[in-house]
Amino acid sequence: MFSFQQWAATIHQWLQMHTGNWVVFWECVIIALLAITLFAVLGLVLVLLERKVAAHIQIRLGPNRVGPGGMLQTVADTLKLLMKEGLVPDLADKFLFNLAPFIVMMAAMLLLAPIAFAKGIQIWDINIGVLYVSAVSSISVIGILMAGWSSNNKYAMLGAMRSGAQIVSYELSAGFSVLCIVVLSGSLQISDIIAAQENGWWIFKGHIPVIISFVIFIIAVTAETNRAPFDLAEAESELTAGFHTEYSGMRFALFFLAEYINIFIVCAIGATLYLGGWMPLHIANWTAFNSIMDYIPSSVWFMGKTFALILLIMWFRWTFPRLRVDQLLTLEWKYLLPIGLFNLLLVTLMAIQGWHF
Amino acid sequence: MYSETTIVNPAASAPLKEGQLVINVGPQHPATHGVLHLVITLEGETIIKIEPHLGYIHRSIEKMSESLSYRQFIYVTSRMDYLSAHINNLACALCVEKGMQLEIPARAQVIRIIMSELTRIASHELWVGAMAMDLGAFTPFFYTFRERETINDIMEQTCGARLTMNYMVPGGVMYDLHPEFVSRVKSFIQQFKNKITELEDLVTNNIIFRNRTVGIGVLSKADAISFGCTGPVARASGVDGDIRKRFPYSGYEQLEFEQCIDTAGDSFARYIVRIKEMYQSIHIIEQLIDAIPEGDFQAKTKAVIKLPKGEFYSQVETARGELGVYIISEGGTTPYRIKYRSPGFSNLSALDYMARGSKIGDLMATMGTLDLVIPDIDR
Repeated sequence: MFSFQQWAATIHQWLQMHTGNWVVFWECVIIALLAITLFAVLGLVLVLLERKVAAHIQIRLGPNRVGPGGMLQTVADTLKLLMKEGLVPDLADKFLFNLAPFIVMMAAMLLLAPIAFAKGIQIWDINIGVLYVSAVSSISVIGILMAGWSSNNKYAMLGAMRSGAQIVSYELSAGFSVLCIVVLSGSLQISDIIAAQENGWWIFKGHIPVIISFVIFIIAVTAETNRAPFDLAEAESELTAGFHTEYSGMRFALFFLAEYINIFIVCAIGATLYLGGWMPLHIANWTAFNSIMDYIPSSVWFMGKTFALILLIMWFRWTFPRLRVDQLLTLEWKYLLPIGLFNLLLVTLMAIQGWHF
Repeated sequence: MYSETTIVNPAASAPLKEGQLVINVGPQHPATHGVLHLVITLEGETIIKIEPHLGYIHRSIEKMSESLSYRQFIYVTSRMDYLSAHINNLACALCVEKGMQLEIPARAQVIRIIMSELTRIASHELWVGAMAMDLGAFTPFFYTFRERETINDIMEQTCGARLTMNYMVPGGVMYDLHPEFVSRVKSFIQQFKNKITELEDLVTNNIIFRNRTVGIGVLSKADAISFGCTGPVARASGVDGDIRKRFPYSGYEQLEFEQCIDTAGDSFARYIVRIKEMYQSIHIIEQLIDAIPEGDFQAKTKAVIKLPKGEFYSQVETARGELGVYIISEGGTTPYRIKYRSPGFSNLSALDYMARGSKIGDLMATMGTLDLVIPDIDR
């Protein structure tokens, strides 16, 4: 299978030759530019995808005026948002009000670091990769609380408090589901987890406990990204727009983009942990089948799996009504968390006894 | 005496306790479906008190009608409860006919009932979609609007309008039916029967929807009566107050249909009652659509209608409940006084009682099932 590691090494050597000791700096700059580009492109693509998926589900056409088939609709929307006046309410805490969208966006961008986009394309293969993801994804809740508090708006405040309760609660379930895979793989490093799935993805190898943990993971990340049916933080019919009620222009766009990037990231993590990341579909002992699968590029595998999960989460949004805030917390603390804990025990037992494939 | 300070600062009327906050839901809010303004006192997410403030779209329809002739004032009522314009017009036409002691041709009677029931289905379809949207599900809205659109097309063909039909006139209806009317209504009945199952799968049997509505906003039978609730809201609480059964008009007494009654009195019961009512309306239309009598669609009336001196009252069952029209005539060509008893106003009065102690999310589930149309409340 083709690996991008060679390319990376070549670029690294070339930079070292020309810049000497500044090589790390220039590599950081290049990666930052790439990350920002990816951030923007993903945001545009995902927003358009969501609108098209929603239109399809709702027997509509969706955006179809700007560009061929409406392809440039989100670009036009972004331009509009860039040119709009960014209002700051009179009695808002101006510093925190301006800072909040950047914190949310920064948390989303930091999360791009440990994701393996293809074989050999990974910004930072940190040895505590999964822990890093759980840790950094919690930062965004600070930004949301900050936005709600500094807006000096009661709707925003209620939305932010809901969001805080929700994200902090569901982080636990997501964490326990991730731990199941960590126990099975024996490593927190993303590359090790992917390598452990060379002869089959965990969702196939891990029997029912891993499937349960996958379901819990999907529910928990849907809640963590504030998506319907868990979109209480911005519950339109209750709190108008929740924590970003007072935001307009590009500040609003940053929240909006960060939401979609977060969806991409959690789906990428889900695809990495349960569906093998860039690893092609391998079945143990089927050598001919495996080598055919290896011809499909690793990036196609990764993006295919990630977008399959994204479509699943979008499908949720356009199907289900919203939960009530106490039902949301009941679901987490009374059902998902105990099931997740028990499931982790089962998986540990399975890993010790070697019952998995 | 009206004092503005109580609206601008609701805390003035009842001092807030520690930890309570007041939020204004409306006049511009996605869940109020119009310019209703609710001042809500909250403790965290729990509702302590709701004060509805009305008057944002008061157009003084009742006063305006005093200077309009008996033919003209009917058109204004299409703008009251714009989702059941036909039935509003019918109520006024019935009241005027009562004063004129007019015989209505059989064909006009049947057309009136079919139009009323189509309006009821269209209104309930819109309501299901809007209610699901209040609960955060966007898709049912588009599914129900597809059926409502078919009804609107049928209406447009015959009446020339899609929302404010102005089709019922004293003595009958304004035009005869369009030649395609019968076949299109029949195909609509088929479409409705095929597609309503989609809605049941998507909404009725959805576990989140049930969790959000069962046991929420409970209104007991006694309370429903004392608040003056009518229509599906009262029937969901066990009040058998369907005007079509109690005080039949326009020939409803000859038709076979059931009054949909539930006893739970919660939001889910109100939902179920409305869904069942759509089936009953289809049942009524099925009885009539093949048996529309031939003959005149309008009785012969004079160009200028004069009512004798006296008081006249008529009541009909709109999609939201009982609509009463009360006319005092001095014998002239215009009413001396006119008063509408609109269903939305009484139903709204129960909201505070039903929603106290529940969460903000429940308020949307409760308010959604009251099916409030604000121009009907404010007139």
